[in-house]
Amino acid sequence: MTTEHDIAPPGAAARPTTGRAPRRPRALGGAAARLAFLGPGIGYLIVLLIVPLALIVGYTVFRRGRFGGVVYEATTENFTRLFDPLYFDIVVSSVRTATLTTLIALLIGYPTAYVIAGLPRKWKTIALVAIVLPFWTNFLIRVYAWVILLSGPGLVNETLTGAGLIDEPLQLLYNQGTIVTGLLYSYLPLMVLPLYAAIERLDPQLREASANLGARPVRTFWSVTLPLTLPGVLTGCVFVFVPCLGNFVIPEILGGGRSIMVGNLIRDQFLKARDWPFGSTLALAVIAVLVLLLFVQAWAARINGGAEDRRA
Amino acid sequence: MSAVPDAPPRTLVGIEGVSRRFGEVAALDDVSLDIRQGEFFALLGPSGCGKTTLLRILAGFEAPDAGRVTLDGADLLALPAHRRPVNLMFQSYALFPHMTVAGNIAYGLERERLPRAEVRAKVEEVLATVGLSGQAGRRPHQLSGGQRQRVALARAIVKRPRLLLLDEPLSALDKKVRAEMQLELKRLQHEVGITFVVVTHDQEEAMSLADRIAVMEAGRVQQVDQPVRLYERPATPFVAGFIGANNLFEGTAAGDGLVVPALGTLPGGGGLAAGTPALLGVRPESVRLGEAGILTGTVADVSFYGGVSHIAVRVPGHDRPILVAAQGATRVRPGAEVGLGWSAADAVLIAR
Ligand SMILES: Nc1ncnc2c1ncn2[C@@H]1O[C@H](COP(=O)(O)OP(=O)(O)OP(=O)(O)O)[C@@H](O)[C@H]1O
Ligand SMILES: [Mg+2]
Repeated sequence: MTTEHDIAPPGAAARPTTGRAPRRPRALGGAAARLAFLGPGIGYLIVLLIVPLALIVGYTVFRRGRFGGVVYEATTENFTRLFDPLYFDIVVSSVRTATLTTLIALLIGYPTAYVIAGLPRKWKTIALVAIVLPFWTNFLIRVYAWVILLSGPGLVNETLTGAGLIDEPLQLLYNQGTIVTGLLYSYLPLMVLPLYAAIERLDPQLREASANLGARPVRTFWSVTLPLTLPGVLTGCVFVFVPCLGNFVIPEILGGGRSIMVGNLIRDQFLKARDWPFGSTLALAVIAVLVLLLFVQAWAARINGGAEDRRA
Repeated sequence: MSAVPDAPPRTLVGIEGVSRRFGEVAALDDVSLDIRQGEFFALLGPSGCGKTTLLRILAGFEAPDAGRVTLDGADLLALPAHRRPVNLMFQSYALFPHMTVAGNIAYGLERERLPRAEVRAKVEEVLATVGLSGQAGRRPHQLSGGQRQRVALARAIVKRPRLLLLDEPLSALDKKVRAEMQLELKRLQHEVGITFVVVTHDQEEAMSLADRIAVMEAGRVQQVDQPVRLYERPATPFVAGFIGANNLFEGTAAGDGLVVPALGTLPGGGGLAAGTPALLGVRPESVRLGEAGILTGTVADVSFYGGVSHIAVRVPGHDRPILVAAQGATRVRPGAEVGLGWSAADAVLIAR
């Protein structure tokens, strides 16, 4: 998408007249080029994000149709229903599950990322590959694998009974803990990778300077390492929290099919209850929580901004 | 030049046979040094010779592959970095980017659990010392390079450690501020009694500040001496060429000087056995221009530096021009035939 002016012949720079002449065609070519590069992206966003989002927002103020779809009669009842304890509790408990998962992921992910960042180069690569390796297997298969592991006659129970630690198989499946385990297993890499990037980028001399000034390793961690890797912490938390909050596959498979999380609820509203307007309202509520979260992250990253901008 | 102290100087830091390799590179190769209590010790040497590595070993960020380091006679290597009474000013400053200037400087004091008011007072005092009183609330990225360097210096000196390690502490400062900081360092040495180990690329700075200088090359210590002796009696060819300007001749030692095949016998002192391969070093300011001399040559270049003039003289049979430093402006012009002379006492013989 370049005009002939964009590709200057080798001698062009030496010609004294090239100062102004090519400007205009280049600007035109530039606009065309820009459109050509941006076009697919913008088209993608319009078709797959803006339009569906507008539909969701639009549906929230109408009544449900009997067999799905909407009846164009304005109403606020979708929003009042949102605060019906029946649904509101599910939203709250989903946020709680996602938060818990995110926190555990942070507690496991930070030390993992820290250790990986300190490995020799070769081992670093191996460890990072190992972290993303599960993504090469289908997500559903990996989640079902947990069913097999945790079921009554599954590997975990077999091992525990075999070792004589328990007499009867434990009920490991279909509860809150199983869901958190599944979510954690699935999204932990999304926590480790941004943390790794942040820790890796941290100048090791800053930790040395802290020690040199008399700080014990723990103090160095709280005063230097953690504050300077906070942007990575926030990114990792958002990366884990977002897919956890909207997830419905893992609660479905590992949670025993009950509508335990808001993701299942939304899916059920669209596919089972055929209440598109209320499904849209729930979806909008989830989006609102996530947007709020992104604002918090952006704000926190800005507070920490001076740290990013190091000229030395 | 300086009076011999009555009591033998007490060793603060003993470095014995320290080596450190990075793969193929020997950053330090069997380094032994005694750093005395209260002295200003300078490390001088070309880039990559291991100066920073040595400081990092003293600070505890690097462990030697071999050798011992003692502080007051006790094993220093056994102490973790955060418990050593040693402060290092990093060559790259390593200021905490998320803290203000005052926060950076207070960090070390807070670790000592000093009362808050005392920390504040000390921070203000040291900021005034380095001339940054107005910048206390700024972040490092809002400062100029020279200002950042002074923050790093302030952060290191505010703790008043036993041993202060400074890695190129004044390199980014202009002449005037640099002179002020030099005075301040000397004051800390004399009034507070801090022992300094300072890395510098600036030979004049090392010469004027240091009690003793260690010249290093490729991980080895070439010579440790007082500045004047280092200048007047270089012990190795490397030191002779590295410290200051020098005219070096290659030949074999004879009873009264150096025999150079193309130039004849050049007068010089030094206790070398006749026949040893040697260098003769003559400082530019020791060479006299005259009608008849030891050597004759043609003036190639004259440059005037205010107080002194440098005259380069080409001598047939010697590949590099001979430098002569003369007081004030000189009347010789390029192309003139001149004789060069020096007294044997001003020329030093160095085994090679
Ligand atoms: N962590 C490291 N890994 C590999 N090589 C290193 C490391 N640190 C230092 N070196 C090597 O050791 C040698 C000495 O390095 P050092 O930093 O001590 O030099 P220096 O004398 O401080 O130089 P400069 O005056 O340029 O600061 C250099 O060749 C350097 O490349
Ligand atoms: Mg260095």
